[in-house]
Amino acid sequence: MTDIRYVAPSTLEEAVGAFAAASGAARILAGGTDLLVQMRNGVVKPGTIIDIKKIAEMTAIEELPDGRIRIGAAVPGVVLAEHPRFGKAWPGVLEAINLIGSKQVQGRASPGGNLCNGSPAGDSVPAMIAAGAVVTVQGPGGRREMPVEAVPAGPGRTNLAPGEIVVAFTLPARPKGSGDAYLRMIPRTEMDIAVVGCGVSLTMAGGVVTAARVGLGAVAPTVLLVEDAAKALIGSRLDDAALEAAAAACRAACKPINDKRGTIAYRIKVAGVLLKRTAAIAAARAGGN
Amino acid sequence: MNDMTNKWIGARTIRPDGADKVTGRAQYSADTTMPGMIWGKLLRSPHAHARIRSIDTSKAEALPGVKAVVTQKDIVEFALDKSVMLGIQDMRWMCRNVMAREKALFHGHPIAAVAAISEEVAAHACSLIEVDYEVLPHVIEIEDAIKPDAPILHEWNQFEGKPSNIAGTMVLKAGDIEKGFAEADIVVERTFTTRPVHQGYIEPHACTVSYAADGRVTIWSSSQGQFMVRAMTSLLTGIPQSNIRAIPAEIGGGFGAKTIIYLEPVAVMLSKKSGRPVKMVMTREEVQRATGPAPGSLSTVKIGAKKDGTIVAAQGTFYLQAGGLPGSPLRGPVGCSFAAYAIPNVLSVGYDVVSNRSKVAAYRAPGAPHGAFAAECVIDEIAQALGLDPLDMRLKNSAKAGDKAIYGPTFGAVTFKETIEAIKHHPHYRAPLDKAPRPGVKRGRGVASGFWYNAGGESSVQVNITEDGNVVVTTGHPDVGGSRASIANVVAELIGVDHARVNVMIGDTQTIGFSNLTGGSRVTFASAMVATAATEKVIGQLKERAAKIWGIEAEAVKWEDGMALPAGDNAGKFPPLSLKELAAKANEMGGPIGNQTQLNTTGADPGYATHCVDVEVDVDLGIVRVLRYTAAQDVGRALHPGYVEGQIQGGVVQGIGWALSEEYLYDAKGRVDNASFLDYRMPVCSDVPMIEPIMIEIPNPKHPQGVRGVGEAPIVPPLAAIANAVHDALGKRFYALPMSPPRVSARMDEAN
Ligand SMILES: Cc1cc2nc3c(=O)[nH]c(=O)nc-3n(C[C@H](O)[C@H](O)[C@H](O)COP(=O)(O)OP(=O)(O)OC[C@H]3O[C@@H](n4cnc5c(N)ncnc54)[C@H](O)[C@@H]3O)c2cc1C
Repeated sequence: MTDIRYVAPSTLEEAVGAFAAASGAARILAGGTDLLVQMRNGVVKPGTIIDIKKIAEMTAIEELPDGRIRIGAAVPGVVLAEHPRFGKAWPGVLEAINLIGSKQVQGRASPGGNLCNGSPAGDSVPAMIAAGAVVTVQGPGGRREMPVEAVPAGPGRTNLAPGEIVVAFTLPARPKGSGDAYLRMIPRTEMDIAVVGCGVSLTMAGGVVTAARVGLGAVAPTVLLVEDAAKALIGSRLDDAALEAAAAACRAACKPINDKRGTIAYRIKVAGVLLKRTAAIAAARAGGN
Repeated sequence: MNDMTNKWIGARTIRPDGADKVTGRAQYSADTTMPGMIWGKLLRSPHAHARIRSIDTSKAEALPGVKAVVTQKDIVEFALDKSVMLGIQDMRWMCRNVMAREKALFHGHPIAAVAAISEEVAAHACSLIEVDYEVLPHVIEIEDAIKPDAPILHEWNQFEGKPSNIAGTMVLKAGDIEKGFAEADIVVERTFTTRPVHQGYIEPHACTVSYAADGRVTIWSSSQGQFMVRAMTSLLTGIPQSNIRAIPAEIGGGFGAKTIIYLEPVAVMLSKKSGRPVKMVMTREEVQRATGPAPGSLSTVKIGAKKDGTIVAAQGTFYLQAGGLPGSPLRGPVGCSFAAYAIPNVLSVGYDVVSNRSKVAAYRAPGAPHGAFAAECVIDEIAQALGLDPLDMRLKNSAKAGDKAIYGPTFGAVTFKETIEAIKHHPHYRAPLDKAPRPGVKRGRGVASGFWYNAGGESSVQVNITEDGNVVVTTGHPDVGGSRASIANVVAELIGVDHARVNVMIGDTQTIGFSNLTGGSRVTFASAMVATAATEKVIGQLKERAAKIWGIEAEAVKWEDGMALPAGDNAGKFPPLSLKELAAKANEMGGPIGNQTQLNTTGADPGYATHCVDVEVDVDLGIVRVLRYTAAQDVGRALHPGYVEGQIQGGVVQGIGWALSEEYLYDAKGRVDNASFLDYRMPVCSDVPMIEPIMIEIPNPKHPQGVRGVGEAPIVPPLAAIANAVHDALGKRFYALPMSPPRVSARMDEAN
């Protein structure tokens, strides 16, 4: 058996240094709920494991003076659920993160891991995209920011440069009359992988949608930002015609595959159904805010 | 000695294995280790169908750390032209299932095995074994395997004079089927398919084996029968049974599939060759690829009835998937589908179809759910067409005492009607159901019934009184569904002592007499029968001892509440002698007190079940969820009601998975594409509602406590009950399982 080196640096600089030095043979460890499973199955065989949970910034939740919220990439689902205000501002993002796995998995699983694992079916990703979240990335070349939808590159792949680590997600300030929601279709009631996942974020004034974003998961090689669906919703009162137009945009955006988790026809149909249902929940929440 | 005033029989006593299981102390198959132990791994076929031209193991043998390599040469060969049976298993197929011989018959078929100092080295060594395969076209589904131009798995197998994948048939008949249909006012004929489903036990197959220098073998493994492990290992290795001690570990579920072995003979040969104890543990992926499952099926059922609902003719044609080697459970659908009904004209035919998938293993009421799915859906359709309540239609046609069963015997009391009545009068069946509670949501209710033979068979027990006056019972059956708790209840009741003073153990093959498999819903029936006989003999001994002490005749002593008493005033006046007092005097009064009883038990009566289910369908997504489930069954006598309820609920949950979500998916190369619990979708807790069991206790007159097997009947009705409920909700009948979301959704779109 080959030995694995485990390091748990306490600063981001050390982590980036160790990550870059290992030149491809290292893996970042957040909650490990993807990584350890993949190691057990022999899918990945890292020479070095860099545990980022000891880095304060990676597990912090910060409310910025301008109303934005920044969450560390390695914050586990339960910690976010216990935060007094995060779930009020972003109920859709929170429900997406809390859908991951079970109680046990929630104690570990992080949004950073969910995004960087690169699965098109990751539950928190469509909700983060709908929220308009931006990630802060740090690497050997310094810090940069990128929108969440720019991170995934394909199944199991990201657009992070070698040695780059996702540090935090920053969610924008929430105007009055905003609400978000996330729904996924799984055959079981839990412990399953999304066949389709849909995140919708809306801002409404006087019953009219003034801003909207739609994220769609598990229907293409990467999680999608569906701008045409958002356009169909903006300016509408979420009447049937607008919802049907947005659903049609979601269906048109799908580039799914036939696999053991769903057929092409089924995934395309479900994308439209979920858009309508998710938008309805987001709108109800927007009305309440 | 059996009524509702019993203190222990029928009590929900604490299970004897409970504390060990919840604290993690229970020893399962994979928990045994030994000094010097090494690890065995199997090389499995990468092809679904291939001829094995040669196997070169030299590179693997040369790898440092490798201690032994085993191939089919090391396993006893049973020639193809002569059947050698062990129970219902043919050794010709078993020897080829544990290690491929002429051909690899499915992706994952064992080809060779390595034992090495670690699992990693063993796995690496497996990759160094060079196998020369002639890859052959493969066939997976029944429909394809029975086509005239299908790839043939076994060239020597002939059907109707030609090489064929049909490896066996079974026919049962009554009356004149054509005449029967001619008399019918309505005839409905439908074709149904079900997919193979895995038993889904939590514990993967595993064993630790030690072949000692003196040729004596010890096997630690979990199974549904340590005697089966010993006998099959003996047959496949040539080692006499007297030299094989099979020690049963706690079992993490079997549901029928652990009535055969996969690893033990291979591990024995690895241990023999290496001189070291060997442990083998399957991964979940191996379990899903190469063990179990229950067969898939293709069934056509045709039923003819009079206007009043009287069934006059029933015909069933059942194709079952055997997997790579023959042996699907034809007697399930052929014998059970119509058995609970009095039908004058029946023709029931089964075909055993081989194809390139893992060899099927028993799964709860083997084959019966497949047949019941078809038959009970057709009955529902006829009841609907005739405007009859589906339960009334079943009541009208129930078999009765004295009827000749399609599978041979004449029925004694038939308690099918009681299960139908129990559902008919249950609040569930009468509760109003809002069939369209919200837009896009539909609800429906369905019923179905089921039949299972149940069984008796060989069982051995020892009942010993300890020197301090307590009781140790040793049985020869692994406890899969609560047999220890049930036997403790029976023995405590008979002896009249506190339940906590009775300790029930499971003996190994060299310490207790032969006991047949824990399967066929037989173990509580059989072991309660032998335990009763043995305990009665022990009580006889206790009375004799008391008689000796008092100087009176043994007949003048009675046994009550754990004490010997003079039987009446004529017997004389003596203070009672307790079990403890008699045990203390045992040696002076004639020696140890105890008894071993071994019987081939008979008198098992069939099990009947009727179920009612409400489902809710998310029409746009095609998701079917079970809202409410009520299951009525004649359980004879519930020795331990908690376990009986658990059996009923467990059978229903497995049936729900079978109906709605479980299936094997294959890729174009004939490889299982979902060999994990993530993508092989068994229901999780939140997928199923509380399942309400109705235990109807009509004692079996041929059993001392009235026991009737309960473990299998409850998996028979759910498939049809759920399909009938979905039909009630959507107005569409589903003839193919599982009714998974993509299928239901596609079906809903068809109409639009
Ligand atoms: C039983 C079970 C159920 C699950 N159910 C779901 C589910 O319902 N929905 C779902 O979406 N997922 C599910 N998952 C998958 C997994 O839990 C999630 O993807 C989770 O969010 C991963 O987070 P983590 O912190 O554990 O990631 P890790 O396993 O620690 O990391 C995942 C990957 O991302 C990399 N990585 C992690 N953090 C960073 C970072 N900050 N910067 C750069 N790279 C990083 C790692 O190197 C690794 O390659 C399940 C997993 C299990 C075991």
